[in-house]
Amino acid sequence: MSNASLDAIAAKSDQPFPGAPNNWRRFFSFSTDHKVIGIQYMVTAFVFFLIGGLLAMVMRGELITPEADLVDRTVYNALFTMHGTIMLFMWTFPMLNGLSNYLVPLMIGARDMAFPRLNAAAFWLVPVFGTLLMVSFFVPGGPSQSGWWAYPPVSLQNPTGNLINGQVLWLLAVALSGVSSIMGAVNFVTTIFRMRAPGMGWFRMPAFCWTVLSAQMIQLFGLPSLTAGAVMLLLDLTAGTSFFDPAKGGDPVLYQHFFWFYSHPAVYVIILPIFGTFSEIFPVYARKPLFGYRFVVVSSVIITVLSAMVWVHHMFASGTPSWMRMLFMFSTMLISVPTGVKVFAWVATVWGGKLRLDTPMLFALGGLVCFLFAGITGVMLGAVPFDIHVNNTYFVVGHFHYVIYGATVMGIYAAIYHWFPKMTGHMYYEGLGKLHFALTFIGVNLNFFPMHPLGLMGMPRRVASYDPEFAYWNVIASLGGFLLGVSTLPFILNIVSSWVLGKRAPANPWNAIGLEWLISSPPPVENFEEIPIVVSGPYGYGSDESLVANNPAGELISEHS
Amino acid sequence: MSTANLDPTLNTHSAHAAEHEEEDHRMFGFIIFLLSESVIFLSFFVGYIVYKTNLTDWLPAGVEGLEVREPLINTIVLVSSSFVIYFAERFLRKENLWGFRAFWLLTIAMGSFFLYGQAVEWMGLPFGFTDGVFGGTFYLLTGFHGLHVMTGVLLQGIMLGRSFLPNNYAGGEFGVAATSLFWHFVDVIWIILFILIYVWQ
Repeated sequence: MSNASLDAIAAKSDQPFPGAPNNWRRFFSFSTDHKVIGIQYMVTAFVFFLIGGLLAMVMRGELITPEADLVDRTVYNALFTMHGTIMLFMWTFPMLNGLSNYLVPLMIGARDMAFPRLNAAAFWLVPVFGTLLMVSFFVPGGPSQSGWWAYPPVSLQNPTGNLINGQVLWLLAVALSGVSSIMGAVNFVTTIFRMRAPGMGWFRMPAFCWTVLSAQMIQLFGLPSLTAGAVMLLLDLTAGTSFFDPAKGGDPVLYQHFFWFYSHPAVYVIILPIFGTFSEIFPVYARKPLFGYRFVVVSSVIITVLSAMVWVHHMFASGTPSWMRMLFMFSTMLISVPTGVKVFAWVATVWGGKLRLDTPMLFALGGLVCFLFAGITGVMLGAVPFDIHVNNTYFVVGHFHYVIYGATVMGIYAAIYHWFPKMTGHMYYEGLGKLHFALTFIGVNLNFFPMHPLGLMGMPRRVASYDPEFAYWNVIASLGGFLLGVSTLPFILNIVSSWVLGKRAPANPWNAIGLEWLISSPPPVENFEEIPIVVSGPYGYGSDESLVANNPAGELISEHS
Repeated sequence: MSTANLDPTLNTHSAHAAEHEEEDHRMFGFIIFLLSESVIFLSFFVGYIVYKTNLTDWLPAGVEGLEVREPLINTIVLVSSSFVIYFAERFLRKENLWGFRAFWLLTIAMGSFFLYGQAVEWMGLPFGFTDGVFGGTFYLLTGFHGLHVMTGVLLQGIMLGRSFLPNNYAGGEFGVAATSLFWHFVDVIWIILFILIYVWQ
């Protein structure tokens, strides 16, 4: 690494910079650098992932025996509510926003996001609403117990009678999370539309940026619906209105519409960037161009459009009229078409490739397998008769955990390992990474596969005790849950130790193609000495075509390459 | 793209190029934000329509319906203010600052009149926020819209104050354009709201 010109930049300013001894200070400041904000997002989110995981392990500890003996039933209700809320609003969304924040400007050849200060403000809301959510553990009556859907009338009960109760804090936290997400979405969409490097037309943009764009557009049209529902629920709870209270003439099903109009597309907000990650990682480790690039990226946009038309499949058992059930069954089945296009494209990318089974590739392949399984159970659930049969059973829980842990968390791990050298300038330890993969993959399947037979046998979700006939599969699931807890240890050890002590990473350790790999690791604060001029598509593996017409790293890299 | 125009040698880190880029993209970002904001209103409107068409006892006991005359005057004032603010913007583009200020002030006055009329109407109504779903939706919709009008008037006040800073508005001003766009947005929302609540009874 040549630090010569970095030192020259540092001389102009007393700010810490990548590689400086006081570099760590940047991560605790109101930095407007998208790379710092990205890492702030990711580290904060991971802390909440551990908290949410601890709650899950307490739940699995409760469920290892049929009786409700470890925790009280009301505590159990609070546990699953907070587990779901934390994992979605505090872990996956901030984590993916962090990844996108770090990668999108680098991938499109920009020096920062369109609105750097807005970006920083959006991040600093995360610890604020995270604290708000955590505080609800300590208010009288404990946290919200109505599940992460907060369906009325359950969510309107307020047994303590206090104005500040778990449910109110939950609603405030979710509303603030919405504000933060909208700020982020405006920023991402503007950045991707307006700040691509010269020559980077839409069909030269990496698939990851396409998926981020698609995901953030969902935030823009979907989140306001949840905000509307949350405002009305909050008014019902605090001001005495009766929008959703059936006892006073309100309509609780309307809340379900508001909620799912956002919260189903939210699943695509989560999974789309993971699709993008897969599309980036498979070509690198298979040494082949992404198969059907145009179909893959257009599928993302089709998913965005279709995602607005499927939400009622969560409400087949909510007194939904049969014409509506048929319509939404059809649209739900339809969304598996663009998703299937992607899966086939990834398989075709890997097929016959020269595979390098490094940790990121292992996680991506594992994530793809889990996603395929989740996709099959997803189509099963989309069929009305089957859905009504397993509605609110563990089959549903198993299905979405395969999506969210199996595909999403594994995809996140894949992305972290893949871009870790770029982000930190250090290589991680391959052995620990492979151990982490093995524990995670076994843990996921041990934990979440048993939920499918349990659901088919009829075990309802969200209960602290169950009939002894379900004990066999529950014991296996609990062991898998604890294994998943253990699996985070090699990851933490790996990340922390290699960030401090790991071998220095070259600019492009994976021989990957992409603008982010043309600059030093970690990238300088301004990303590109010279804004790159893009002259070819993003996945030119196996061809001699150059990606750019100039050297965007300036003299930083040229002397070493 | 605009990033290409920046001279890399001048570009050090810290706040660096971002400041300039932000100028160029703010209007784009603001339009995206407004599109997203309109979905909140859309959700409230859909909720209102669902309630109104499904509930059997829609109006609370003793309430006949809503008076249309004063709200209609209010509507006319608010809709006309959209034209007034357009002329204010045109004066600014022609660098006629006093013309801009006069018409801008007139917009503020009309917006304030609307808020005043709304307050008077609220105080004379025989039902409250908690009187059934009808009362709830009425105050929620008009209140949420009123909040936007108030925001618009505040923004206009800030922009008026900033027009007295020397050379502040030379070469066009994002703040004025955005405030004006926001005002048109608030106006369109009100027209839909007026039709839904007052005309369709």
